[in-house]
Amino acid sequence: MAIEESENGREDMSIDGQKHGNVAVPDEFNVNYLKLYYAKLFPYADMFKWMSYGNDGKHPACDKYYIGRREFSFTLENDIYIRYQSFNNVVQFENSVKEKCPFKIDIGPVYSVDPAKKNAYAQSGDNVFTPVERELIFDIDISDYDDVRYCCSGADVCLKCWPLMTIAIKVIDTALRDDFGFKHVLWVYSGRRGVHCWVCDGKARRLTNEQRAAIAEYFRVYKGNENSSKKVSLTGPALHPFLVRSYSEVLERFFETRLLFSQNIFSTEDRYEKILEMIPDSSATSDLRGKWQTKRGSKEDINVVRWEQLKNTLQSGKYKPQGLRRCVEEIVFSFTYPRLDMEVSRHMNHLLKAPFCVHPKTGRVCVPIDPNNCDEFDPTAVPTLSQLFEELNMGGTRAYDDDEWDRTSLGQSISFFRSSFLQPLLKSCKEEMESSYNAKLQQSKSSLSW
Amino acid sequence: MEIVKPQWKKPSPSANDAVSTLPLYRSAPSLEVRLEDFELYAIDRLRVLKGISDGLSRGKRPEEMEKLVKDLWKANMRHPLQSEVTNKDIISHFVLRLVYCRTEELRKWFLSNEIALFRYRFQLLSLEAQRLLMAEFDLPYKPVTTAEFEGVKEKLQLVARSIGLSKPTASDIFYKVPFEEVPELVAGRRVFIYKGYAYVAMTQVVSLVATQFRGLLSKALVLTNSLTLNILCLQKVDIYHQRTREGSPNSRGSWKPYAQAIWVLTSLRFFVTLYKLISVVFRSHGQVNHEEYGSHPSQPKEFAEVSIKDIDQVAKSSFPPCMRHLFEKLREDHHLKHGGRMQLGLFLKGVGLKLDDALAFWKAEFSQKVGAERFDKEYAYSIRHNYGREGKRTDYTPYSCQKIISSTPGVGDHHGCPYRHFSEENLRAALGRMGVNSGALENVMDKVQNRHYQLACTLTFESIHGSSHDAGINHPNQYFSDSQKIFKSKWSAALSNLMLCSPLLCSCGKSWPQALSLEACVSVPQIFKSRGRSSLKTIPLDKENLWATDSTFTYIGLCNGKDGRISNGKPKIGWLEDILRGI
Repeated sequence: MAIEESENGREDMSIDGQKHGNVAVPDEFNVNYLKLYYAKLFPYADMFKWMSYGNDGKHPACDKYYIGRREFSFTLENDIYIRYQSFNNVVQFENSVKEKCPFKIDIGPVYSVDPAKKNAYAQSGDNVFTPVERELIFDIDISDYDDVRYCCSGADVCLKCWPLMTIAIKVIDTALRDDFGFKHVLWVYSGRRGVHCWVCDGKARRLTNEQRAAIAEYFRVYKGNENSSKKVSLTGPALHPFLVRSYSEVLERFFETRLLFSQNIFSTEDRYEKILEMIPDSSATSDLRGKWQTKRGSKEDINVVRWEQLKNTLQSGKYKPQGLRRCVEEIVFSFTYPRLDMEVSRHMNHLLKAPFCVHPKTGRVCVPIDPNNCDEFDPTAVPTLSQLFEELNMGGTRAYDDDEWDRTSLGQSISFFRSSFLQPLLKSCKEEMESSYNAKLQQSKSSLSW
Repeated sequence: MEIVKPQWKKPSPSANDAVSTLPLYRSAPSLEVRLEDFELYAIDRLRVLKGISDGLSRGKRPEEMEKLVKDLWKANMRHPLQSEVTNKDIISHFVLRLVYCRTEELRKWFLSNEIALFRYRFQLLSLEAQRLLMAEFDLPYKPVTTAEFEGVKEKLQLVARSIGLSKPTASDIFYKVPFEEVPELVAGRRVFIYKGYAYVAMTQVVSLVATQFRGLLSKALVLTNSLTLNILCLQKVDIYHQRTREGSPNSRGSWKPYAQAIWVLTSLRFFVTLYKLISVVFRSHGQVNHEEYGSHPSQPKEFAEVSIKDIDQVAKSSFPPCMRHLFEKLREDHHLKHGGRMQLGLFLKGVGLKLDDALAFWKAEFSQKVGAERFDKEYAYSIRHNYGREGKRTDYTPYSCQKIISSTPGVGDHHGCPYRHFSEENLRAALGRMGVNSGALENVMDKVQNRHYQLACTLTFESIHGSSHDAGINHPNQYFSDSQKIFKSKWSAALSNLMLCSPLLCSCGKSWPQALSLEACVSVPQIFKSRGRSSLKTIPLDKENLWATDSTFTYIGLCNGKDGRISNGKPKIGWLEDILRGI
């Protein structure tokens, strides 16, 4: 992954430059801005409230050592990793961030013991240092879609290919809530080329590795690698209800009304050849190829015309049905279905970048995305460090009112984070704590009376 | 005929004895076991588990597995006395628990094969018996009511159709369980899931039950290990003897868990028997799983070192297709993604590439793409990490075929098993380049179609090397070393003999309680190199120390015969040897 990042270094970020290029501030990112960001804008308290999951309260069921067992990892300038850090309170956290000014903050699991003291425990033998809780996380990267987008490649993103991320959010978010029954799902822009998802329900945090892998596998349709021509293979006489819903509610419409044009997937020979490769019947493909090679002037968009031809051909019943039955769906799935980075979701101990970090290459803040309005999210409009710096300066003397970020475009993101994610989450943490405490109380009472 | 008598009473028989169902092995029974049986039962069960493991790694389909398990069980677990059949099942399970609790790797192997055995046996039970067994787990799930069924009927039918099951009707039983309880059904999208609950059909109940059984067994194995580790000092056993003799059966108190874990640990001879089993297991695993590749000092020194200048040549002659592909891609693109770096990197380590050479090798390629500086900064760490020089300093072992076959390469990835992950066209081309002739190629493709990936690889090996490979390929490093072996046929006889005997030789010179420790079991005999020939030092077994019993182990002497072969002194291990051959 890291390779792609550097190859498409700063010069490729022209898209951002065009939209928001600020003449007065030449760079979107530099260390001084970052220091200022950590000094004035980073929402330490909210992050810590979240990571505490209600254990910072006064309730007798609170585990006051909970937050201290969470791993934080800092990446300093020059890619120096500092892993296994822990903080007992928000002041420690804030001071450490301000002092070290990390380019990236990663969040790891909650361990059985304080990760900062892991070496001390390691000497006592017996694996006492082990992850015990971790949000269920997903990482979706636009660079994994390079074989189906023609506008950009690698780490670049534009408004033509970003909708692939939007529909990934829609498909996964719906399934997490409706199928798995999770309620506290946070989507975050990764700052450059993708999105992260944090599922924070108590049940999700306590999943075993095996259960995490099962969920990731449930979501996996795309199985392609560099050496197989068919990337999606839908077998069986019918599709699973989850796939049916994803297809009929999101993927099909997106493919036909947007992707066909935005990526011009039928416009040239090598593009349509790639699609023909996915059709296992050679007479059907040569039939279509014949139609497409002779160019005929038509008012209609060439992509639409060819897609309709393909659908008609495959569904006409002219060719032997086995294998072709699912082919239309397979094509739509391979072009649109979310491609998860499986390894991230499978294990508890995978690190994931914290929300509200700043991406060092783009200078953009990793802001939350509202899954209900994800269509409106525009990655090129996400505040950058330099923009925030400007906004702070513009605010000028109006200092010392409640929160600095209200004066900047970050304010919106933070209030969204609080109202749609943090508050409902803390409320159910409290309820969960209350009910488990009462249950315990009840138990001990009944054992006493007995 | 030694009889080991347990010191406590049999628990009252359970009420379910009428319908025969599977034992859950919750607690060790109190039975009288003859030492011979103790050993033979365990070996018999081991044959079953080994057969299952082979079947799974050859990618057998569920219905093939069902038949296989049925046959294996019939062939090995019979007993002339009907009343002994269940006892044999239970005893053999507990003995193997003791043997397999020793390391994480062994526990994993035992667990996964015992679970597979359990599943297929469960499926052979009658519906009645299945329900009884479910009741034993005391699961809180009730069947879905008719009204609720109607509400989700369409979805359930869709799922059934998608996995090729018959259409469910209201009379079919469905259980509504938290999805966490049936991870494998979730992973395969074989159940309908709604609001956190999976609708599990009666025909799928086996995975619910298997999950429960796995939980029980996994905990029990860890517990057994920690208990036996404590117990394996004789003094403690002595105390145990006194305590149990003093206390009445009802006042065992804190000794109960010990008593359960080591239900027959009452005589010294038991230890000897157990040790024999452990050495059998270690030997069979040493040959079967090849877990020791790379990190293990026992690797024969003859080809334990590969230098950079030879690597292209050996890659061409002896790398299996998966590694050869990665190797060529690396040379071509000067880059591999993480999965490929791990798969190839650890393989090369197993082949004998030293850390310094590995760094130089990867740097030579990567620096062409990302520059030397970036290589040092971002990639060198993980290579040192693989060699146990960074992070938690684990000496990582190369991936086995099973691991590679079950990996999931994505966009831009080149790792995985070519037989499984390549399209037919690409695979044919790759094998053609390796020199597989067209006749053999069709056989290989035939195996691939039936998902026998390792058999396909074995056929490839045979075609390229022009010699048969009876053991079958189950590790890339095994492919490599077997290939090298053929090329260096001069040494092959001596080396294969050496590998066969090493677990026995290694225990020499230690008195047996020490030899019980794993380290002793897997440590290596000294190999001396003289006059360009490998020869084995003659190490007499200290008979009195090691087998102070009526064991049939005899003196093993190995001496160096003419022309580099071991001509006399072939190990005579008596009846145990015969059993080993069968495994």
